[in-house]
Amino acid sequence: MTDAILVEGLQKSFGSNTALAGVDLTVPEGSVLGLLGPNGAGKTTVVRILTTLLQPDGGRAEVAGIDVVNEPDRVRSLIGLTGQYAAVDEYLTGFENLEMVGRLYRLGKRDARTRATELLERFDLTGAADRPAKTYSGGMRRRLDIAASLIARPRVLFLDEPTTGLDPRSRLGMWEFIADLAGGGTTILLTTQYLEEADRLADRMVVIDRGRVIARGTADELKAQVGGQRLEFTVTDAAVLPAMVARLRPLAVDEPHVDEQARRLSIPVSGGAEVLADALRRLDGQTAAVFDVGLRRPDLDDVFLALTGHATEESPGADGVPAEPVPTGGVR
Amino acid sequence: MSSLSTALSDSVVITKRNLIKVRRVPDLIVFATLSPIMFVVLFRYVFGGAIGGLPPGISYAEFLLPGIFAQTVVFGSTITGASIADDLQKGLIDRFRSLPMSRSAVLVGRTVADAGLNVVSIAVMALTGLLVGWRIRSSFGEALGGFLVLLAFAYAVSWLMAMVGLLVRTPEVVQNASFIVIFPLTFVANTFVPLETFPSALRVFAEWNPVSAVTLASRELFGNVPPGYPVPDAWSLQNPVLYTLIWTAVILAVFVPLSVRLYQRTATR
Repeated sequence: MTDAILVEGLQKSFGSNTALAGVDLTVPEGSVLGLLGPNGAGKTTVVRILTTLLQPDGGRAEVAGIDVVNEPDRVRSLIGLTGQYAAVDEYLTGFENLEMVGRLYRLGKRDARTRATELLERFDLTGAADRPAKTYSGGMRRRLDIAASLIARPRVLFLDEPTTGLDPRSRLGMWEFIADLAGGGTTILLTTQYLEEADRLADRMVVIDRGRVIARGTADELKAQVGGQRLEFTVTDAAVLPAMVARLRPLAVDEPHVDEQARRLSIPVSGGAEVLADALRRLDGQTAAVFDVGLRRPDLDDVFLALTGHATEESPGADGVPAEPVPTGGVR
Repeated sequence: MSSLSTALSDSVVITKRNLIKVRRVPDLIVFATLSPIMFVVLFRYVFGGAIGGLPPGISYAEFLLPGIFAQTVVFGSTITGASIADDLQKGLIDRFRSLPMSRSAVLVGRTVADAGLNVVSIAVMALTGLLVGWRIRSSFGEALGGFLVLLAFAYAVSWLMAMVGLLVRTPEVVQNASFIVIFPLTFVANTFVPLETFPSALRVFAEWNPVSAVTLASRELFGNVPPGYPVPDAWSLQNPVLYTLIWTAVILAVFVPLSVRLYQRTATR
């Protein structure tokens, strides 16, 4: 498999602010790469350089084997970009927007119209085709925006935070469209702050923070970096934690972690559901203060926290302080 | 396709896009024409009786209309800046810049569409003017020349405003900033009152102000200045058409390449 995107030692500064401090990544043709990172990590800068909107200060960037700095025009005819805003003209109808972009991609008049009609159909916008985009909902605008970036059948598609600001239902719908595109063989570079999104859509991931790549691999590989599964208890009274640790220590494969403030106990374990049953047996009925118990596999939030020392922002899966536990009964 | 013909066809696509907006948002055209109508009527009837020093045999309406034309088309070009700032803010410029289209088409299409808007507002003002006593006293060719001089100068100002739009990034700032500059520029001129009444320092500025030259050029071409009537000694007003065209050419020569260059580097933040 050849690489549809190749980035080597990419650097970019804005004044004294270093946005990219040497980023390397490759995206094999036909695959989806999730570029993850918090706000300001440099995700958008990577996308802007690859889509010829920004000049890098150093390093190399190629799309479909073409250097983005030396031959930007050739790159532009092979790519589609959906930016963070739905970049559609709100006074044009959906159809007119797509036709215009098609014409600017150098499609002939008839071709542009046919493509516009096809894409409106595919993105469930046929009913709104002749309405100005101003009247569209946020989800519809995003769909129109993606449709616009697909009009010339790009070999490589850049989606910069395609679901930021969408309500959960629109987000799910968008995920289906993107998964569908990926299934059709389009190479996609997707940036996101939502780990769930990357987990669901991307074949491989690159995590960047402060302009550097801090991890890469498949979702499973990244999770393995953080460790295996854990038993997690949340209790109503932190005072019971030491006794619980003492009883459960034999199950631990690594040092248990106690968070008194969150009233939480996390014990690295190995094995399946029987570990959970075993743990409950070991507590021997002393479970009145236990508010919640579970066997957890790490998710990408854990990966992120472990890698960067800080959680992602705006991540729907990241729960800071747990909700106030409601006592389920009392031993005291 | 050669690069010129692609630039041309891309510009046509963008011009069309901008004109569709004018059609869908009639407020735009209403405001672009309503305020000049208001100016024509206000100045004609409120100040008209009090303004003296007019050339003999010329009514204030005849004196006034070329001045209002000049002011309105110059203000009309600020729409270019505001619209470009708006496109930038909404991420549309990013989209256009990621397409394999001509590098100048977005700006060409914008300025051409705004020139079209200026044609409409001049037409509306001319009709209003005819109703309140303005007359064209020259040949058809000269009158056409008068309109073209106005439009050409405004087109050049559009390119200047395009650069402002790319620099400031919010449409409101373009509007406010250009108001502060353009308002005095179109008032410290021979647009509404004869220059003879100005204090001397202001008068020198007004004589060399290109807006005065545009106004006088179109006044002469519409025949709204009696033949043989003396104009100020300043070279700019002795040769108003030439002086206007020099300004037009210089503004274009400077701001077309500057704006296109800036467009290629700019991006939504």
